Amino acid sequence: MMQIVIASGKGGTGKTTVATSLAQVAAERGAVRFLDCDVEAPNAALFLHPVLETHRDVGIRVPRVDAQACTYCGKCAEVCQFHAIAVVGKKVLVFDDLCHGCGSCTWHCPEQAISEHLAVTGVIDSGTTPEGIAFAQGVMNVGQTMGVPILRELKQWTPATGDAPPSTSLRASGALEIRDAPPGASCPVVETMRGADFALLVTEPTPFGLHDLKQVAAIAHDLGIPAGVVINRDGIGDAAVGTWCADRGLPILLRIPMERRIAEAIASGQTLVDAVPDYRVGFQELLERIVAGVNP
Amino acid sequence: MKQLVILSGKGGTGKTSVTAAFAHLASQGPLADRILLADADVDAANLELVLQPRRLDTQPFRGGQVAVINEDTCVHCGDCESVCRFDAIIETDGRWTIDPIACDGCAACVYQCPTDSIAMQEQTVGECARSDSRYGPLHHAHLSPGQENSGKLVTQVRQRARQQALDEQRQVVIVDGPPGIGCPVIAAVSGADLALLVTEPTVSGIHDLRRALQTVQHFGVPALVCINKADVYPAGAREIEADCAAQGIPTVGRIPFDLTVASAMVAGEAVTLYRPDAPASLALSALWARVLPFLLEAPA
Repeated sequence: MMQIVIASGKGGTGKTTVATSLAQVAAERGAVRFLDCDVEAPNAALFLHPVLETHRDVGIRVPRVDAQACTYCGKCAEVCQFHAIAVVGKKVLVFDDLCHGCGSCTWHCPEQAISEHLAVTGVIDSGTTPEGIAFAQGVMNVGQTMGVPILRELKQWTPATGDAPPSTSLRASGALEIRDAPPGASCPVVETMRGADFALLVTEPTPFGLHDLKQVAAIAHDLGIPAGVVINRDGIGDAAVGTWCADRGLPILLRIPMERRIAEAIASGQTLVDAVPDYRVGFQELLERIVAGVNP
Repeated sequence: MKQLVILSGKGGTGKTSVTAAFAHLASQGPLADRILLADADVDAANLELVLQPRRLDTQPFRGGQVAVINEDTCVHCGDCESVCRFDAIIETDGRWTIDPIACDGCAACVYQCPTDSIAMQEQTVGECARSDSRYGPLHHAHLSPGQENSGKLVTQVRQRARQQALDEQRQVVIVDGPPGIGCPVIAAVSGADLALLVTEPTVSGIHDLRRALQTVQHFGVPALVCINKADVYPAGAREIEADCAAQGIPTVGRIPFDLTVASAMVAGEAVTLYRPDAPASLALSALWARVLPFLLEAPA
């Protein structure tokens, strides 16, 4: 299965606009699975309208200490790099909010006094869109800090079984996975991009758009993922994005002009190809170029 | 001293353009020479593109650690791989290496290795800077692409900004926040005196504003809302105002869709300076006039 990730660096450049329209045209040619990986601000469902039938709590496996077996030796606190577990006299304190769920304390407890239970930090909602796109989104609970564990679970999701690792049959098929990434250029973006076959970078032709495009292009480069660019709101700003892409050999695969009717349609919750069907051809060509580029 | 943080939930709603306009407008009024700026969006730090500051000092930011295998003493047993939950330890032809991008820094492998061949190495993952801008001191930072601990870096930026504001008796710190509701947002909002949420009347903007407001309220920070590009989808703008009214949150401004904002960004200037009579500039001036009293009032 080919995996395409849609990222941007700067927020609000049109990641979800591009991802949802790409998914719609892709669904006309084969099986599509859509993962909304912006767990802090997931918006793709507002455009693709999946019926979200399944909801699974996800989070971090945090330690629980069996007071009967514990000898208060302090090994758990020694190995924890995140100060999430502390031994004070005859008491072991666990701070769930600091725990990364790495399991180090569990592995290294000499008495095997530590078991793990799920501290829920979010939910994975899944279902199917009217076009038959298999859809899943991660939603982080308000007040939580770490989205990456939710993302890891989300990437494991498959429509068939709900939570088992991807089956070999699905991987072997011509199916397509589209991941809508969060903004920024830190760990959640890296986790979203990791393992993808292609990174489609959506930007706008402004100094902010270019500055943040450089950040996310650097991540794609470090991860060894081939990338291409979509320039949204073409016509505003300046020509610096185009010049930079040419210098770097990054292909510009699609330009979407700044048009008020597009902004209005997307504001109301329409996808771009539904609102302006003229763009259908552009997205079909975009998809063909990505698929051909990755599987020459 | 009061700290105003600009947030949004959804990215790209205009946080930085509003912050830059506020910095310019503040320099014209009772807060002239009494403000300080902080850019808390450390993985997409754009405020300096508008303020064009002069950098005074830069310090490396040491984030987390990553594990490194000593090839000379490794006996290729693979025990490390068995305890790694982050798929960071990769075996190729009987040799193990650690992917520093995937490594979470938990050190489980360090303690598991029977030959003590793995050590943790501190990483320099960004920089923290102090600058002078035309509207006041600026504290900002850059996280290297793909790194962790953006919340820790945001906290560092805010602490340094706060300290300088206290030292120089500056009255207001304006913090340009990151998008989302996660770790860097929590680091940007906790302990702030006031949050201004810049939203847009789109289905995405409305959805993400609700989550951002919940986050701000979770940390007990009073919130104001302003609607950018308010005329693009008037029904959405009315929904936001009704939503906010029901929660007792003041909607303090409506900024019209105006391409002058993008032109100002290209020119590297606050839109209120670039073209003071543009529709967006007039709306931003009105917005600042409504926010200012919240910053001048004595703490309750």
